[in-house]
Parts: sequence; structure tokens; C-alpha cells
Amino acid sequence: MFAAYDIAHLLAGLMLVTGFAMLYQDRISAVLTTFAVQAILLSCAVAWQAVAQNRPHLFITAALALGLKGLVIPYALRRMVLKLGMHREVEQVVGVAKAFILGLCLTALSFMLVLRVTVKADVFTREGLAMALAIILIALLMMITRRNAVTQIVGFMSLENGLILAATGARGMPLVVEVSVAFSVLIALFVFGVFVFRIRERFDSVDIEALDQVRGDQR
Amino acid sequence: MIAAPAYLTPFAGLLCAIVLYAVAGVIAGVLRGGALRIVYPVAIVAALIAIACDLAALMSQGDFAHVLPIGLPGTGLRLRLDTLSAFFGLIVNIGVLAAAIYGLGLDPAHDLSGRIEPFFAIFVAAMNAVLIADDAFAFLFFWEVMSLMSWALVVANHESPENRKAGQVYLLMAAIGTAALLFAFGGLAGTAGGYSFEAMRAAAKTPLVSTLVLTAVLIGAGSKAGIAPLHAWLPLAHPAAPSHVSALMSGVMTKVAIYGLIRVVFDLLGAPVWWWALPFLLLGAATAVLGLLYAVLDGDLKRVLAYSTVENIGIIFVALGMALAFKAEGLNAAAAVALAAALLHAINHSWFKSLLFLGAGAVLHATGRRDLDGLGGLIHTMPKTAALFLAGTMSICALPPFNGFISEWLLFQSVLAGPGFPEPVLRFLSPAVGAMLALAAALAAACFVRAFGIVFLGRARSPAASAAHEAPRVQIAAMGLLAALCLFGGLFASALVALIEPLLVKFAGVALPGAGTGPTPFALVAFDPKRATYDALTIGIFLIVSGTLTTLVVHRISNRRTRRGPAWDCGFPNASPITQYSGSSFSQPLRRVYGAFAFGARDNVDMPAPGDMRAAHFSVTMRDPVWQCLHAAPARAVFGLARRLNRFQFLTIRSYLVFMFSALIVLLLVAAVWF
Repeated sequence: MFAAYDIAHLLAGLMLVTGFAMLYQDRISAVLTTFAVQAILLSCAVAWQAVAQNRPHLFITAALALGLKGLVIPYALRRMVLKLGMHREVEQVVGVAKAFILGLCLTALSFMLVLRVTVKADVFTREGLAMALAIILIALLMMITRRNAVTQIVGFMSLENGLILAATGARGMPLVVEVSVAFSVLIALFVFGVFVFRIRERFDSVDIEALDQVRGDQR
Repeated sequence: MIAAPAYLTPFAGLLCAIVLYAVAGVIAGVLRGGALRIVYPVAIVAALIAIACDLAALMSQGDFAHVLPIGLPGTGLRLRLDTLSAFFGLIVNIGVLAAAIYGLGLDPAHDLSGRIEPFFAIFVAAMNAVLIADDAFAFLFFWEVMSLMSWALVVANHESPENRKAGQVYLLMAAIGTAALLFAFGGLAGTAGGYSFEAMRAAAKTPLVSTLVLTAVLIGAGSKAGIAPLHAWLPLAHPAAPSHVSALMSGVMTKVAIYGLIRVVFDLLGAPVWWWALPFLLLGAATAVLGLLYAVLDGDLKRVLAYSTVENIGIIFVALGMALAFKAEGLNAAAAVALAAALLHAINHSWFKSLLFLGAGAVLHATGRRDLDGLGGLIHTMPKTAALFLAGTMSICALPPFNGFISEWLLFQSVLAGPGFPEPVLRFLSPAVGAMLALAAALAAACFVRAFGIVFLGRARSPAASAAHEAPRVQIAAMGLLAALCLFGGLFASALVALIEPLLVKFAGVALPGAGTGPTPFALVAFDPKRATYDALTIGIFLIVSGTLTTLVVHRISNRRTRRGPAWDCGFPNASPITQYSGSSFSQPLRRVYGAFAFGARDNVDMPAPGDMRAAHFSVTMRDPVWQCLHAAPARAVFGLARRLNRFQFLTIRSYLVFMFSALIVLLLVAAVWF
């Protein structure tokens, strides 16, 4: 039983580490690789939950995570990046040190909050939930520190990884919800992809700051 | 004699009248063209039916409750015609009758035809419906219809920017007022949530709830009535409407607001506490004096009348406050006198204010002007209008034998009973309020001497005024009807008091204590015939006889022939009409005394030095403190805030994300600290 905790925590912790890694990668192709690693770790975590909680349907979720997020989405994004010719591009808005410190603060906050709020819940879920929240917050942080549309997509997907981790850690989320979430993520990818190409076509850049001009607002 | 069928109750008749009003309005609005002409005749017929039904309900002391199967699903439309509704219905429908007769004389080719008639009819239907509503939903619904329709009438002449501004301010204040009423009814319904008046009457109210309801209803109904400091919309909106609608708004719609106040405070809120009277007394006294100060300094005939409405509402408030205080202290007889003063002043004001507004409308139509300094000498070209307007001014100045005197006399009688209060605050306050009312009465006299004198006497101050013509005969008839009512109300006041007796018994516990004990059947007695009586008919006959005799004698000993010679010109020949005493010169002493204190009035005199050829200039600047503090300042604050918030419209996508992220983090932090 204690091994169950340890392995679940190990996998969640590794996901958190990949989250941090994504925060400081300044090459897009490296970000994509890290994201794929995080998704594979997610599928492992979910599969372990399936074993530990004896809920076989979680294997489907794990397979979906592995297939869609670990393989299909990184592959599609990589092709997009190659097609746009920006696989060598470097972009970072906030410095690495600052982003890291912020990320650490967010992790501390999520642990502080979740451990306090869920005193009555069983230990198995508490720390898993805290780490999932930290992953979500770090993904959000990544979305606001990046200005490239592709890395923003990655941030969004990573946020979704955190959500799935939280959902599978806590018992009771039905399979239908998980499946529909997975497919909605896929659809989001399509929408994002179309948008990115459109932005590129129009502005010769995928910097989202360029979008601000479209609104016709003066700044 | 044939017995009337059972369904032919006053309620059924009144309902028919309301439907007639509404249908006429809808038909006129949809068909337009010739259909517009049907509105006023139909309104006259409906008003006559409604007056008969209201009188019948009042005299039979009937209480007719019905639930119509329309309106809210499940509850239907609860309506009830009781004596209070019937009395105020009488006020409304007499006003409508006069306004509709006046409307017959409007030129269908001009006079904004088509923008008035449909709204006019639905407006009066809604006012009648408010009075018989028996649950909060129906009340608020018809109240809003009334507000919206009167708004449409205010902006009927929307070409002028002044009227558009008036409409905007009115709409805003109406919305605030209705919101306040919504809270008042919410408080009355309590947690049980019974929205029928029956349930509200029965619901238990804690002192806190009662206080909140009182505040809300003072804001809601008080703003519609025009109590200071919520009166600022009234002198903008009432004059902006066509004159016969101004008459309805000033004379009648404010009374509907008073009805709402009486219904909530005296009927639904339960037994009063003495300090409920304080806001009524303080606000009422302040409103009475302030309203007249505005009126006496204003230079626009219709706005003077609107400000005088504010003053009269103040008087009604004081009377209601006295009634509340006496009732709370268990002095029922005095409460009956004060309540009689309030109710009689409501009906009297509706008559003479409608009369004055119709007169002002006739002047406006004949000359195209409503500024005092452009009028003058109209008594020669419009003698009938002048005589009827004079009757109205005598009523409003509370001169016997007209009706204004009756209600003010009763009010002062109740103020004189003030020393009987066990509560020291009220014992001290009532003479102070009485003094304020006396000041208001004196100012009213000054105000209307000015209004009548500047408009009708002297010489014409503009070519338009000298080319004036008498109003059409139907309009004279409408004003004559109201003037006759004013005289009737003055001479036969005891009949009116007998009419409202059931109301006094219902809300004050007893009828007028001295009723019927006077030396003649027409004498009005407040408390005790030994203390004070007012024998209206005898005094009226004395005044008429002595006045006629004096005139005859003067004419006998003086030269009988009327000669018209040149005005005495003080030795300056060919004086221009501009050199006459003007409206602002008449009010200058009062402005000197009160203006600097109340409105920060300053005279700016620019007198060139001797030898300088420049023209001299004189101007007066005044500030309206109520407008500055209650309207201009919040508007500035809102605009400033909006300008500052506007910056958030123009941020980058990333900044929005940062905002959302920080909001999330702050909330998480709060949650982390809280638990």
C-alpha cells in the first residue's frame, strides 16, 4: 500500500519536474520534447492509478494520454514548427531565474493550500492533488511568460495534463468525461493549429502580440 | 325603481373605465391618423364613469377585492378597490377629466399631435390601475407603466435638448425610485415572501425591517412625489411635457406617489413608532421652504408651477408626519385632523395646480413663451384665462373662500395641538415645523403675486405677448371646471370632510372630532367649536357681498367710466416695456435675503468707470446645491471611474492572461489563509 503512494508521488513529482523544465526551455523543439515526456509520465501515472485503485477503465485514459498527448500532439506540433521554420527560434519573456522562483512559489502555494483544505481526505489523494495543482499553475505561468503561439498551445496542453492527473487521483470521475476531455483537447489542437497558420499567413510571425493590431485598438 | 344587477359594482365600472382608457390609447397608437381624435372624448367618458364609481365606492365604504385571471401565472392579478383607492381615484379622474376637456381644444394639426394622445390614455389607465393594485407585482408593474408613459410624454417634444435632458434625468430617477420600492415591498413581504398586500399586512416586521422599508419607500415614492432632496427631476420634467400633461403629472401623478406612501406607511407597515414622523416632518418642512425659494427665484412660468408642486408635496408630507406622530402617541383625534389636512391638501392641490398648469398652457399657446420676462399685460387680451388663473393663485396662496385655505387651516390646527405630545422631541419640533410652514405660506403668496402680476398685469414685454389671443372655449371650460371645484371645495369643505370620514376612521381611528358641532352645517370644526371653527360658507358669502358692495360704492362715488390713458412714466416719456418691474426685480429682495444662503447667489455688477464708454453689465449666478451634490457630483465620479477603467479595454492578450492568473493566485492565497 505504501509503495502505491510512493510510485504515484514519484510519477507526479516527475511531471512537476518536467513542468519546471518546460518553464526554462528556450527552444521550441526542446519544449515539445519535454511536453511529450510529461505526457508519457502522465500516462504512466494514470496506469499506476488503474492498478492501485483497481479501476481498469483508467487504462483507457492512460492509453489516450499516451497516444494523443505523448505521440500525436507532439508530432503534429513538431511538424507545424518545422513547416513554419521556427524550430531554432528562441523566445522568453521573463528571465529563467524569475520564472523559476515564481514556479517555486506557486508550488509552495499549491501544497500549502491543498494540504490544508483536504485535511479530511485520504492521504493517497492529498499530495497527488497538490502536485497536480502545482502542474496546472506552472502551465498557466508558462502561458503568460511565452509570447509564441505554439508554446502557448503547449502550455494549455500541459495544463490539461495537470487536470487529468488530478481527476484520476481523485476517485469517481467517470470515463465518459475523461474521453470527452481528451477529444476536446484534440479539437482544441486543430483550432489552435488553424489559427497559428492563419496568424503566420497574415503577419509573417506567430508572435501573439501581432494579434493586438487586429483589434484596431490603440495602445 | 329597478334594482341594479349584482355585477354592477363600482369596481366593475372602474375596471371598464380603465379598459376604455387603455383601449383608446392602443387604438390611437396603432391606427394613428383620425383615431387620435377619439382619445380625448373617450377619456372624458371614461373619467366620468370612473368618478361616479369612485364616489360610489367612497360613499358606500365598499371594499371590493377581485383576482383577475391575467398577469402572473398561478396568482393572477389581484385588485382591490377600497376607500383609500377610491379617494385617490377621485383625484386622478377629476384631473384627467379637466385635462381631457382641455385636450379637446388642442389644434390637431400642431401641438405634437400623435406623440401625446396614445401615451396620455395609457398613462391615465396606469395611474388608475396603480391605485387598485392589491399585490406588489401589480403595483410595481403599473407604476412602471405610469413612469414610462409619462416619460414618453416628457420627451414628446424631443427636438429641444432641454427636454431630452429632462427625459434622461426623469428616467434615471424613476428607475432608482422603482428599485427602492422593490426593496420596500421585499422587506414587507419578509422571508415568507407573500407579495399580496393581505400577506404583507399580516407579516411580522422587526424594527430593523420597518426602518429599512420606511427608508426605501421614502426614496421610492418620495422621489416620484418630489420630496427634497430627490426633487431635482421634477422641475425639469413636469414643464417639459405638454401643458395638460404637466397638469396631470404635477396635479395627479404626485398624488399617486402620495397614495403609495400612505398605503405602505399607514396601511401595510403596521402600528407606527413616533420617530417615523421625523423624516416626514423634517424633509417636508425643508421641501416646503426650499421649493418656494426655487419657485420665487425662477423665471419660467411652468417651472415656477413645478417648484410650487414641490412645496405643496412638502406640506402634504408635514401633514402626514403629524398624523403619524399623533397616531403613534395615541392622540387619535389630532391624528384625524392632520390626516384630513393631508388628504384634503392632496385633492385641493390637484385641482388648483391643474388649473394653473392649464392656464400656463393657454398662455404658452397664445404667446409661445413661458419666460416671465417675455410676458405681461395678458389680462387685456386673455381676460377669461386671467380671471381663472387668478382663482388658481388665490387657492394656492390659501386665501379664503377658496379651497387651499381649508387644508392649511386644518394643518395649522393640528400643529397647534403639538404641545400635547408626550414625546419631548416632537413637542419641540412641531412649533418649528409650524414656523417653517408659515414662512412657506408667506413665500407662496409672494411667488404667486409675482407669477400673476408679471404675466397678466403691466404692459406686454414682447411682441408675442401683445399679439396674444384668448384660449379656445373648451379650454376655458376645462379651467372653469377646476376653478369652480376650487371654490366649491372652499365653500363646502364640510362636505369633503364628510366624504373622507371613512378614511379617517380607518387610518386614524376616529373621525374629525368636532364634525357637525359647528354653529352652521357648513362650518368646519377641527377639535372643539369653542377653540376654532371656520365657517366657510358664511365667510365666503360675507366676502362676496362686502366685495361687491365696496366695488359698487367705489364706482358710485368715483367716475364710472373706464378710461384708458397712458401709463404714468415717472417723467421719462416713451418708456420701453423693459423698464417695467420684472420677475427678477420682484424676487430680488428675497434673493438678497435667502439666495446667498440657500443657492450661493451672487450679483455680478460690472460698472464701467466714469468716462468709459463700455456698456454696464449685471448678472446673477446661482448654484443649486442639491443638483451639485446629488446629481452632478456622482455623475462626475462615475465618468471619472469609467474613464479610468476604460484603459482595461486596450490591453494585450497576454496582459489579460496575467490578470486572470493573478486573480486565480489571489483567490488561492485567500483560500489558503482562510482555512
